[in-house]
Amino acid sequence: MKPLLFVLFLLPALPLSALQDEEGRPQGRDPERAIEALLRRFDQDNDGRVSREEFGGRPFRFRRADRNGDGFIDHDDLPSAKPGPEAEAMPVDDEALAFFEERIRPVLADNCYRCHSHEGDKVRGGLLVDSRAALLDGGGSGPAIVPGDADGSLLILAVRYADEDFEMPPKKKLDEREIADLERWVEMGAPWPGGSTAEELGEREHGIDIEEGRQWWSFRPVAPASVPTPEAASWAWSDVDAFLLAEMEAHGVQPVDDADDRTWLRRVSFDLTGLPPTPEEIEAFLEDASEQRYATVVDRLLDSPRYGERWGRHWLDVARYAESSGKDSNVVYPHAWRYRDWVIEAFDADVPYDRFLTEQIAGDLLPAEGTEQRAKQTIATGYLALGAKSHNTRDRRQFTVDVADEQIDALSQGVLGVTLACARCHDHKFDPFPTEDYYALQGIFQSSETLYGTLRGNGNRYPSDLVELPESAGLPYGPTMGREVRTIYERFERQAQQRRRRAEEGGEAMDERQKRQQERRARELADLVESVLARFDGDGRPTEANLVAMGMREGRSRDAQLLGRGELENAGARVPRNFPEVLRNEDDPRIRRGSGRLELAEWITSEENPLTARVWVNRIWSHLFGAGLVTTQNNFGKSGQPPSHPELLDWLAGTFVEDGWSTKALVRRLALSHAYRLSSKHDARNAQVDPEAILLWRMPERRLDAESIRDAMLFAAGTLDLERPEGSVVGLLEGQPRREQIFEFIARPSNSRSVYLPMLRDRVPEALEVFDAADPTFVTGEREETNVSTQALFLMNDFEVLSASDALGKRLLTMEAKDNQRIAHAFELVLGRPPSSAERSAVRSFLKDYTRLSKDGVEEEPEPRRNRRRRGRDQGPQQPTLDKLTPKEAAWSAFVQALFQSAEFRYAG
Amino acid sequence: MQERQEPNFSRRAALRATTAGFGFLALRGLVSAGDSGSLVGRLHHQARAKRVIFLSMAGAPSHVDTFDYKPRLRADDGKGAPGEYRRGAKLMGSPWEFKQSGTSGLWISELFPHLSKQADHLCLMHGMQTEVPAHSQAFVRMHTGSFQFVRPSLGSWLHYGLGSANENLPGFVTLNPPSGQGGAQNYGSAFLPAQHQGVRIGIERESRALRQDERSEPVANINNPRANAKQQRRQLDLVQKLNEQRAKSDAAGEALEGVIESYELAYRMQAELPDLLDLSAEKPKTLELYGIGEEGSSEFGRQCLMAKRLAESGVRFIEVNQGGWDHHRNLREALPASCRGVDKPIAGLLEDLDRSGMLEDTLVLWSGEFGRTPYAQGTDGRDHNNRGYTSWMAGGGVKGGFSYGQTDEYGIEAVDGQVSTHDWHATILHILGLDHERLTFNYAGRDFRLTDVHGRVVEEILS
Repeated sequence: MKPLLFVLFLLPALPLSALQDEEGRPQGRDPERAIEALLRRFDQDNDGRVSREEFGGRPFRFRRADRNGDGFIDHDDLPSAKPGPEAEAMPVDDEALAFFEERIRPVLADNCYRCHSHEGDKVRGGLLVDSRAALLDGGGSGPAIVPGDADGSLLILAVRYADEDFEMPPKKKLDEREIADLERWVEMGAPWPGGSTAEELGEREHGIDIEEGRQWWSFRPVAPASVPTPEAASWAWSDVDAFLLAEMEAHGVQPVDDADDRTWLRRVSFDLTGLPPTPEEIEAFLEDASEQRYATVVDRLLDSPRYGERWGRHWLDVARYAESSGKDSNVVYPHAWRYRDWVIEAFDADVPYDRFLTEQIAGDLLPAEGTEQRAKQTIATGYLALGAKSHNTRDRRQFTVDVADEQIDALSQGVLGVTLACARCHDHKFDPFPTEDYYALQGIFQSSETLYGTLRGNGNRYPSDLVELPESAGLPYGPTMGREVRTIYERFERQAQQRRRRAEEGGEAMDERQKRQQERRARELADLVESVLARFDGDGRPTEANLVAMGMREGRSRDAQLLGRGELENAGARVPRNFPEVLRNEDDPRIRRGSGRLELAEWITSEENPLTARVWVNRIWSHLFGAGLVTTQNNFGKSGQPPSHPELLDWLAGTFVEDGWSTKALVRRLALSHAYRLSSKHDARNAQVDPEAILLWRMPERRLDAESIRDAMLFAAGTLDLERPEGSVVGLLEGQPRREQIFEFIARPSNSRSVYLPMLRDRVPEALEVFDAADPTFVTGEREETNVSTQALFLMNDFEVLSASDALGKRLLTMEAKDNQRIAHAFELVLGRPPSSAERSAVRSFLKDYTRLSKDGVEEEPEPRRNRRRRGRDQGPQQPTLDKLTPKEAAWSAFVQALFQSAEFRYAG
Repeated sequence: MQERQEPNFSRRAALRATTAGFGFLALRGLVSAGDSGSLVGRLHHQARAKRVIFLSMAGAPSHVDTFDYKPRLRADDGKGAPGEYRRGAKLMGSPWEFKQSGTSGLWISELFPHLSKQADHLCLMHGMQTEVPAHSQAFVRMHTGSFQFVRPSLGSWLHYGLGSANENLPGFVTLNPPSGQGGAQNYGSAFLPAQHQGVRIGIERESRALRQDERSEPVANINNPRANAKQQRRQLDLVQKLNEQRAKSDAAGEALEGVIESYELAYRMQAELPDLLDLSAEKPKTLELYGIGEEGSSEFGRQCLMAKRLAESGVRFIEVNQGGWDHHRNLREALPASCRGVDKPIAGLLEDLDRSGMLEDTLVLWSGEFGRTPYAQGTDGRDHNNRGYTSWMAGGGVKGGFSYGQTDEYGIEAVDGQVSTHDWHATILHILGLDHERLTFNYAGRDFRLTDVHGRVVEEILS
């Protein structure tokens, strides 16, 4: 006999499911769980019992379950059994198996599989009969067999045609011998040969050793080690330094020298606020002789509202924030920006990370003081609502499962650093997550309603409500609609009328189908215009109708069905809502009422959760040191990379929780460390041992991210508008903005910080896209860092770069100063340092040459070139154009553009 | 060309030493412009091809419905899959007919009516195998040889080994790469010098750029709206002067060189690339040959035609991409559409290369990251299969009208002529005149290879 078979028959003896019935026979299914399953399924009023009405007819089955006959199915109907001695393992001999293979399996296969198997076209009544586990689990009516008890087994009653409502197979009764065989088989204890797939083995047999799984480093509890004592103790200014230095010493590498003050200031300013230091800030810092000057700078930066914009953007990468659905129809989410603003404010206020997560997962369920807090907590749940969706999915159930899947994926990768969504179709290939874990989470999200709004129409079958925000909450109303956008909608309105007219007057040129199509299109267009304009008054100001947000609310509580291979056709047993088993603890919250989101948040933010703090401190680390201690930031599982400094990671996680989950406290701690002060100088000897500087013997070279590059250019040019724009231009849209005018409008240059640029999926603004901004369809931990020619082309030729250069050039020319001072000022603004004398003279000779070339250019037109039209942009009305410059202005503009193009500019130093 | 340098030190040292300050580094001297003949002698051995066009099919096309003819599979349609494979899974015969094509009589599915006319150029490799049946891992592995670690991509290795044949164009271009499936890793240079990174033209999610309607530019920002070439050159000289200053300072790092090179290349690209990618002057006959203007095949046809023109102009490695092969369901409807999308373009490319004599020294590759199961998933789909699948090569150096290796009678597992990803890479390098064991780069104290410590040149397919 195969060992597997033995295991299978031991299964009912496992503690959770080991119960005997009154006669002392081993039961295949824990009756308590059976009752709970019935409650979850039928107890609509949540009174803890199922009435006849709730059960909805089927008196025979009701009577069976209502053992004490009080008219309700509840826990009182449990058999009075206590956990007995271990049920004997069924002796499964070859004879029994031969009997099964010859007499039972063919009967089941021929008569039942069409409607009750994974291979069948459909699954009826939620019942599968193609595995023993499935029979024990049963369908909507409860377990199909009670091993050893033919008379008590629904399957037998059904094939006997004992109950009129309940005759199987429905078309033709089995012959007597087949029925007798089935009875005998159940009496034998329903022997079944072992299978190898999850479906066949049922929920307890997934081939994953959970206990072994718990031993994986990231699933073990956080265990802060004591701080080591390195030899060169004086180098270690902080505990973080001690950890790093001890590791360096162990490998025989030595930290390089500290960076100079200017370099450090530029580095820390970019890292904390995404902007370079101003010349005034540089001067103040250099003149400050106090011991506290580094701390002074860090505290100033942490207090700046620019900090929230910078670090909020980091989180938005993780939260795959976008303002449209992406995928096939890319429907806009005009109210997503409220979540963006909430994130930025949360970072500014340093909302403790556990609270920050709790609000995003279950903010709608938290107590609140006043309407403002309530409204904001609900906006936070926009996190779950704004994922990529395929609004054109044909099957609504598929859509529901897919939305929940995306939520699981975002949450598990983003917050827990595991790829749980891999367990949708099969047990996780690398990590100890059986499919049951996945469907236990599916239930939580399927029991919640995801509110993302949108408009029904072509390409969108599933609009939803939005969260309505009370006026008294005092929230901003959103963007104002300018004349230009209104013109676009007026044009749409006319197009709708034209279509309608065409349909009416079409006469014989159009058949009925074409007419209907025209009418439908006209209606859709009119709906779109109407629904947008309803949110704005005659002057384009947003109205109360704009006081809505994306978010979550509770839905009908239910457990999700396990889908074999992830397919709806293979819907199997329901999996109780719960958290992944390998990460569960005894004192975890239990989901009793409602969706379970609140309990999920509580479990995630529990100090016992081994992943949450580790994953987040690792992300913080990466933003200051170029890479995470775990480089695969979204994957702390077996296919990810192990931490370079495991003790340090745990120490950071532990300290972070002790500090009240304060992100700012950790950023401050790291920014003031000695390691963060190091220069990025090479050292040949160290590089022999550790070429990638994983030991952090130097500060890794880090390219500025896309937002910083753009913001720093505009900031230096003096054109960056530091006010937060109210809302987002996407807030002026609805439906599918397929029309080019809309895209051109959205792509219009803006002076706001990059975090506020419109973020449509698949339409990431070019300035950000070209420098490796996160693709908002996916959870992004570490962005790519490329240096390619398309970036060079962007910095050479893009409109926004050229106009920023023009502005800075003019700004310099209006200074009451000599050229040398202007040059120095430009260097200070863009690179945070004065030019060397060689650089100064190079610039001076450049200015001379370029001015001359520009003068020549006035006479001879610039060489005509092919394809000079800019993609899309020259076509629309009122396209922005570059100013005409005098030769001198052109030279200064070209000079500062060269600074933007320099390699130095794009590195954090 | 092997044992080149201790990378970091000497590259930076070279940079400091050059007065021009541009990234004309050690490698550059390897190949002069207009490379004809000059490569021989520096290569490890006589090359059979000078360039590669890689038709990359993200999503894993089904081999048993395209190039791996399995009559037995059809005969046993509906029966259980044999052996240890997924229990209870039912075999699904290909719904499509296969016929023998060309004088060689290769079996090709009816889904490729045009390509089957080129059968005598194809070298089908039926014994392909890869490690993991997961898309992004396998896709990255196909490109770099590894999914656990970030490694240079095949195109970067080739560019590193062969240099560029045209100073004005990137040596490695990827058209329309997927943004997922490992993203930039698939054309990244990892620890190789940054100038070997692939230049991306259009990406999947904005492939509009490739459709090139009348008013679009093939590459964003390829022209300056204001400055003329002289002005731009002067400006660039200043930029590089600044970079040179930085290169002399201690803070300079490896990435600096990549930045420098990216500007020089960008500048030169401005002059050449727009014309090269502008298909508007192509004859209607040529467009038709590539299926451009026909529903479904237009976009990939453009990519193929651009690939041909880039190849002609000296680009070493051109990758063109078509995704959407992940047919877990709706196979009967979706697979024909996917095939239609590439059939005529690929056939057109082969024919065009052949006519112009370029097929002789151009290696064309066609591959997905793995294949699909001969047994059904649901009722109308196939699941991932990494144990056996088909890729093909055509052109320079490989036997045409040839098939190598085979899967079992159903197409589940390669049983003969198995070719691993490393073998595949070794063979490609070999055809280009490079020895996969000697093409190394010293990094982190170790000589790295594309094929790690594996790889066998599949001599059997070489002509």
